[in-house]
Amino acid sequence: MASPIDISPNRRDLLITAGAAAALSSAATATAAQTAEVSQPVISKISFSVNGADQALELDLRTTLLDALREHLHLTGTKKGCDHGQCGACTVMVNGKRINSCLSLAVMHDGDEITTIEGLGTPDKLHPMQAAFIKHDGYQCGYCTPGQICSAVAVLEEIRAGIPSHVSDDLNAAPALTADEMRERMSGNICRCGAYSNIIDAMSEVAGATA
Amino acid sequence: MKSFTYERATSPAEAAAKAARTPGARFIAGGTNLLDLMKLEIETPPHLIDVNGLGLDKIEATDDGGLRIGALVRNTDLAADDRVRRDYGVLSRALLAGASGQLRNKATTAGNLLQRTRCPYFYDTGQACNKRTPGSGCSAIGGFSRQHAVVGASTACIATHPSDMAVAMRVLDAQVETVKPDGKTRRIKIADFHKLPGSTPHIETALQAGEFITAVTLPKPIGGIHVYHKIRDRASYAFALVSVAAVIQPDGTGRVALGGVAHKPWRVEKAETDLPKGAKAVMAKLMADATPTPENEFKITLVERTLSAALMDARA
Repeated sequence: MASPIDISPNRRDLLITAGAAAALSSAATATAAQTAEVSQPVISKISFSVNGADQALELDLRTTLLDALREHLHLTGTKKGCDHGQCGACTVMVNGKRINSCLSLAVMHDGDEITTIEGLGTPDKLHPMQAAFIKHDGYQCGYCTPGQICSAVAVLEEIRAGIPSHVSDDLNAAPALTADEMRERMSGNICRCGAYSNIIDAMSEVAGATA
Repeated sequence: MKSFTYERATSPAEAAAKAARTPGARFIAGGTNLLDLMKLEIETPPHLIDVNGLGLDKIEATDDGGLRIGALVRNTDLAADDRVRRDYGVLSRALLAGASGQLRNKATTAGNLLQRTRCPYFYDTGQACNKRTPGSGCSAIGGFSRQHAVVGASTACIATHPSDMAVAMRVLDAQVETVKPDGKTRRIKIADFHKLPGSTPHIETALQAGEFITAVTLPKPIGGIHVYHKIRDRASYAFALVSVAAVIQPDGTGRVALGGVAHKPWRVEKAETDLPKGAKAVMAKLMADATPTPENEFKITLVERTLSAALMDARA
């Protein structure tokens, strides 16, 4: 069971500011309620591990995991594209699973283990997927590439773990490491330069090498 | 994004009580829809109650041979569960047809049911929207309505419910288990859970203020061939124009529900008696009183053809 987090300044003082402009709630569960606004940012202490290193931050509660990584930890490999979960440029791994870091609050990751593109490999010691993207020219402008590579690494893990996809013919069989399977699973990563076919070539090589 | 305060819930009942006491408070689980809407200030909750630590992430067998799916089970985990793949294939298929791998890893079962419409007029705070601002009007009516509802719509709202998962839940006769702020629990049939827009399109579900979803239950398996056909503008990672969830038995009888056509998963049980005669026979009752716009009347034809394809698949 999670314990209450340490929030400063005193949360009670900030909880509801009487007399603030009422906003119409569109929530289905609170239709008649008039909601008071919180008048100033609320700061919270957060700690998690990023690429194996423990990090402790004090952040505005509104800070997304993406902004915590980029703006506060200066890990700018993870990219902000749409900031609405549509493009996949912000893909990182949290506790081994890929997510859109733009659609998650940093405060909700207290104690989590986060892996970004910087944690997969280094210029001197590339991750096999990074090396394959270079070999197969799996990018043009490169902006979506960190998200593509994080996703690609996770996709191969998901196939190996037996998670089915929309294109799996038999729900009850282990999914195959095919180009169709990889394409479907990569659909949350958009590449405006259109490097898709080279990305699949890179993924296929890594999949073949490790399958 | 507007500022908010935040706490971690310690029990479902306490979360419900706290939500009822705090006007405008919202539960947050996966957050993939709520944070999107908060960034656009379509949702402006002054307080978030994080329910991720409540341990509601298990899928368990029920005494009557069905499954109880914890509210916080992620969409990926639900789709990949061996029992779901074997006995409720339509649910796995629907989940896998929705969103992207990244989103499915985060999105939860209850959150999926509660996700809000992707109507572009709801998303544009410069436009009138009775769902976002009750009484302001509906810019979708008379606007670009290709994606909008063709059945069950009203003069106040023609938005659709975006979920694929909920369409499968509807065809499987799922039930939603909740706890209310007074600590009492109840079960809501999925048929009664989502509302048609009527004159109050901002009221989207049967949930009362503060009421918290703890699980979704499935009755014991009904056998049959499970099919989910989703038609969309691209082959992956897009919302449905039309989707068909069907469970068809060897004698041709079965059940069917539709996505992409209404404010809720659309199912008309009395139409299902005509399923053995084929898609065309089902259409009159299934799509009775349809009110398409010139831009989305194609959906009526698309429903018949998609249903026909689904039935052919089921009988193959």
